[in-house]
Amino acid sequence: MIPAGSLLSADGLHKAYGRTPALDGASFSIHPGEVVAVMGPSGSGKSTLLHCLAGIVTPDRGTITYAGRELSAMSDAERSALRRSEFGFVFQFGQLVPELTCVENIALPIRLNGTKRKDAERTARHWLERLEVEDVGAKRPGEVSGGQGQRVAVARALAASPKVIFADEPTGALDSLNGERVMELLTEAARSANVAVVLVTHEARVAAYSDRDVTVRDGRTRDLEHTA
Amino acid sequence: MSIGHTLLGLLESGPRHGYDLKRAFDEKFGHDRPLHYGQVYSTMSRLLKNGLVEVDGVESGGGPERKRYAITEAGITDVGAWLAQPEKPEPYLQSTLYTKVVLALLTGRSAEALLDTQRTEHLRLMRILTDRKRKGDLADQLICDHALFHLEADLRWLELTAARLDRLAAEVGA
Repeated sequence: MIPAGSLLSADGLHKAYGRTPALDGASFSIHPGEVVAVMGPSGSGKSTLLHCLAGIVTPDRGTITYAGRELSAMSDAERSALRRSEFGFVFQFGQLVPELTCVENIALPIRLNGTKRKDAERTARHWLERLEVEDVGAKRPGEVSGGQGQRVAVARALAASPKVIFADEPTGALDSLNGERVMELLTEAARSANVAVVLVTHEARVAAYSDRDVTVRDGRTRDLEHTA
Repeated sequence: MSIGHTLLGLLESGPRHGYDLKRAFDEKFGHDRPLHYGQVYSTMSRLLKNGLVEVDGVESGGGPERKRYAITEAGITDVGAWLAQPEKPEPYLQSTLYTKVVLALLTGRSAEALLDTQRTEHLRLMRILTDRKRKGDLADQLICDHALFHLEADLRWLELTAARLDRLAAEVGA
């Protein structure tokens, strides 16, 4: 069943890698503008859940519905187009393109959606400012600090006006101060733009920036606040 | 927190009335738990008796007499000694949570549910503190950070205990 008003939901997800089950009946839902933390110990299945929700990994069983459409009913090309136009991604290590400047990195997904270079780079500079790293625009990822690089990655995820951001341990490689600032900026920007954030983390201090949390254990999800 | 030492410390910048002391305390340290007037006056009486403060003046307006307190040399030494003394790290093994987990196991109740409920409550408080920190000044941020780090440590313990429940059940003979 799809929870009323949810933008993205999953029900009864099963996924195994070989004989090892990663998801064993996991469920999930998120509303527009909501920040949901997916928590759980290492190997519990939380990253697999994120990859399934984002259409990167196909579950063996179960349904995923985004804006009323079932992901399993889409072709690979349709899922790719969905990821490009509706989803944004932030990973533990920024995964920026090393040959491009920070502005070009942020402009890249916007340009892939058909926007002209000049307009895309103007938008990119706006997001660099929002993320308080306007001075690194002309630098390449190798020339900036880890904290700056991660802010550029957040800017890239937000710049293409996605509806959902998938953030997998976005502060995992940062010190406390940088990590907290990245979380503040990410959640503030997402909430003000009504973007949903699926935030995978094992850190409670990072999860505390969410509106609610879902715990994954042994491939199954628990949502205590919803079941209480 | 030692209220006596904190009030003494507040007096180091100059003499104050009991009411001023309460206001200064609440503003700086009393975020969730403001002092009662009774606490202030009973603490000041004790400090006076121990020679750590003295009455600097008494005003008698329309209402009751208002004493103004000043810190003594002995009081300043006492504050210095308190600040130099590290706080005893709280031993965790005898905590209420541990007792509850063991009791749940011994009485056949769900220790896992108990831990999950506690975890949810910890995270709820962490969200409130994070929000306060986000909206507050540097003092708020530092105070909230301290509480957040402690709650995070508790949460780690909750998660580790959840992962060891089978072993714990075997060891306590449940």
